[in-house]
Amino acid sequence: MATHQITVTVNGTAHSATVDSRLLLVHLIRDDLALTGTHIGCDTTHCGACTVLVDGAPTKSCTMLAVQANGAEIATVEGLAGADGMTPLQEGFQQEHGLQCGFCTPGMLMTGTALLESNPDPSEAEIREAISGNLCRCTGYVNIVKAVEYAAARMGEGD
Amino acid sequence: MAPKTSAKICGMGHSMKRKEDPRFLQGKGNYIDDFTLPGMLWLDIVRSPIAYGKIKNIDSSKALEIPGVLAVLTGKDLEAYNLHWMPTLMSDTQMVLPTDTVMYQAQEVAGVIATSRYAAADGVAAVEVEYEPMKPVMDPFKALEDDAPVLRVDKEGKTDNRIWHWEAGDKEATDRIFDEADVVVREKMHVPRIHVASIETCGCLADFNPVEGHLTVYMTTQAPHAIRTVLALVAGHVGLSEEKIRVVSPDIGGGFGGKVPVYPGYVIAIAASVVLGTPVKWIEDRMENLQADSFARDYHMDAEIAADASGKIRALRIKTLADHGYSDAQAAPSKFPAGLFSICTGSYDMEQAYAEVDAVYTNKPPGGVAYRCSFRVTEAVHCMERIVDTLAHKVGKDPATLREENFIPKDAFPYHSPLGWEYDSGDYQAAMDKAKEMIGYDDLRAEQAEKRARGELMGIGVCSFTEVLGAGPSKDFDILGIKMFDSAEVRVHPTGKAIARFGTKSQGQGHETTYAQIIAEELGLPAEHVQVEEGDTDTAPYGLGTYASRSTPTAGAAGAMAARQIRDKAAKIAAHLLEVSEEDLDWEPGTFSVKGAPDKSVSIQDCAFAAYTNLPPGMEPGMEATNYYDPPNLTFPFGTYICVVDIDRGTGEVTVRRFVAVDDCGNIINPRIVQGQIHGGLTQGLGPALYEEMAYDEDGNNLAGSFMDYLVPTAVETPMWETGHTVTPSPHHPLGAKGVGESATVGAPPAIANAVVDALAHLGVTHVEIPIRPDRVWEILREKGVAE
Repeated sequence: MATHQITVTVNGTAHSATVDSRLLLVHLIRDDLALTGTHIGCDTTHCGACTVLVDGAPTKSCTMLAVQANGAEIATVEGLAGADGMTPLQEGFQQEHGLQCGFCTPGMLMTGTALLESNPDPSEAEIREAISGNLCRCTGYVNIVKAVEYAAARMGEGD
Repeated sequence: MAPKTSAKICGMGHSMKRKEDPRFLQGKGNYIDDFTLPGMLWLDIVRSPIAYGKIKNIDSSKALEIPGVLAVLTGKDLEAYNLHWMPTLMSDTQMVLPTDTVMYQAQEVAGVIATSRYAAADGVAAVEVEYEPMKPVMDPFKALEDDAPVLRVDKEGKTDNRIWHWEAGDKEATDRIFDEADVVVREKMHVPRIHVASIETCGCLADFNPVEGHLTVYMTTQAPHAIRTVLALVAGHVGLSEEKIRVVSPDIGGGFGGKVPVYPGYVIAIAASVVLGTPVKWIEDRMENLQADSFARDYHMDAEIAADASGKIRALRIKTLADHGYSDAQAAPSKFPAGLFSICTGSYDMEQAYAEVDAVYTNKPPGGVAYRCSFRVTEAVHCMERIVDTLAHKVGKDPATLREENFIPKDAFPYHSPLGWEYDSGDYQAAMDKAKEMIGYDDLRAEQAEKRARGELMGIGVCSFTEVLGAGPSKDFDILGIKMFDSAEVRVHPTGKAIARFGTKSQGQGHETTYAQIIAEELGLPAEHVQVEEGDTDTAPYGLGTYASRSTPTAGAAGAMAARQIRDKAAKIAAHLLEVSEEDLDWEPGTFSVKGAPDKSVSIQDCAFAAYTNLPPGMEPGMEATNYYDPPNLTFPFGTYICVVDIDRGTGEVTVRRFVAVDDCGNIINPRIVQGQIHGGLTQGLGPALYEEMAYDEDGNNLAGSFMDYLVPTAVETPMWETGHTVTPSPHHPLGAKGVGESATVGAPPAIANAVVDALAHLGVTHVEIPIRPDRVWEILREKGVAE
């Protein structure tokens, strides 16, 4: 099998790796880079547990080859919180009880982060539409919607 | 009700933010696939493409040529260790790997062990299996016909496909009432097979140490202690005795009952680790998960109500066929093969009832897990709540009114149901009143009448369920003989901080928070200072695990009782420190003070320090207690749900416009978490009501084997749930709590189905089977001539 020399920047750190053509991006992230916050919940791009940001765009990393990410900037859940603590969206999830088992949560956070980046004041319908590719079996989504609204309000306070 | 403790202590009634959240929010959870060990190998599984047939040959030679593939395990290999069969939790048997016959599509046929997950998958693709297909039995009714082939020929003397017959109630007395009743209504209904579809699939990492003869299994299990005992019973003959087995259940990405049974994959991974002496990991992919395990329901019910002319219910009669698939591998208490189905009389007072269930084998995968349900309560409640609407329609009464006229009155508790339960407490009218007020019931009926006059289809569905949960009292409840108590061990450190360990296992319910609040309530220690641990059989006290909404009724009670034992000891220490007798002390959460002299006081933290440094003469040092709680009765939460739907006459699509859920789960530990449980349960009720069904064709092919076809609700279909509550404490639970995790899964499907039928009732429709897909509704609309 052909191998490829790739470089990806994950949460600001550049990594070089030699990968098989067929290696999925999610396995590069989880197994090779040991960033296990990104999860795998299906094989068919439906559940969104593996969502990461590739050059800012929410992307299901179970349906992208690692070699396709060569040269890309990737953000995972581990990169959200910084020196100032958790992001408003992470805080919103805790404040509004937007997570239970936590398995879908990293994907939801990455999708929500990208949404707020492009639309700082989304309506309920826009939030629901944005997360419709991320399945959750625990929360019933209501509190996830509220968590995104909480973050939008917090982030808008500085305006 | 205002909390008894301060916000700093954060006992019961405070919406404490969850202690487990920071790690989940920062990608630092520890789920099964996050574990790796040096030298770890991968297991992947060859599965049967056919539902029924003989295995003529398994050729592993090409697989073994693939770099990285080390071994292929078959049933014949396991047979050498007598590990090719295993018992189920219902004392039936199930193949781990077959030696000659496959009994369902996606059945495990061989295990490939390799150095990476990719090599293992390559190996699976290269194993060549030759089958001789046979005609499967997929229809449970046909399975009972005289000419049906007997599926379980492995069971000596088995001459048919019946597994068991169960019944409850007085048949003759019930029949007599039906013979003389003014009104009899009847509906046949199917609660189809569905899947828990937790976002994390099943998996394990088995680590056998050949030098020590010790096995550690990290696995997605809701019942680690019971699983350890089962492993010791199953594999004792190959040297695995219980003290040499450690089961660790890490963070679980949703369980919902699907992670209670032992599936073949776990056993193959363990066998491979024992044989090879290296750690072996098995992680199901989604399609395997949807096709091979974690199935629930599949009850075909024929229900009748006898009533007087005014609609007063006199008797209930239900005949049921239960399709268990190839094995009875459900996880129900031993004496309850049909689970707690006898809760079917629900919230209504009646003279008699009789229910019977026949269980049958078919060529489906083993089913019947208690999916977010206290063992068949979902089926029972769906049946009763649907047919009560049929009765209301028949006697021309509003479904809410008919329910109110039949409710068990609140002064009748403890109430003895005709099928043998003693309901602990209830106030059904209060929940109904609140739900009607929240949704504006009368206005909705007026709106419906206007819309109906214009030809629009709008329905209002009511469901007033009674749950039974918290299994359970040891006189009746056991699994494989192990009584269904649960446990807590609380240890207070010298500086007044504590660790509390429990026999249960959270899968998202928030035990790390709610159990800490229970300890805080009883001991007055801040909940943030109580560390909660579960899931490791080496450290946690023995318990039967988390399912059937049993954690608060059993382990939560054990936590309260253990904390009270510690408080009793602390009182003796406080008396010693304050130089008074115990009788002269007052207790406020966290503080003992001298009666009449409140400024003379010591804190619970002072007492903890003294327990290690300054004891009364003769007292044993330390500050800890263990409690194994055997509940005196089950608990009976209840609620009224009201749902409003609109139906598109062009497409048959049902939209849930509003849904009000009023729940009564007794005293509430954490309102935020209770509301979250209701939201999630409602969504897992919406799915089966409108979208989810695990269907098979007549050749046994699974028709919903991926998320492409098994439609779980997304954020777009799910409405903005509206919740409320009433509080009727349980009289026998130490905290007055009842349990809540499953009420909404149980109550939502009939509320939604009733709303759809209500929208179509003027057309003569009395029943629609779930899931109420657009095509099903559109067929009805076309038949009635109202499709657009």
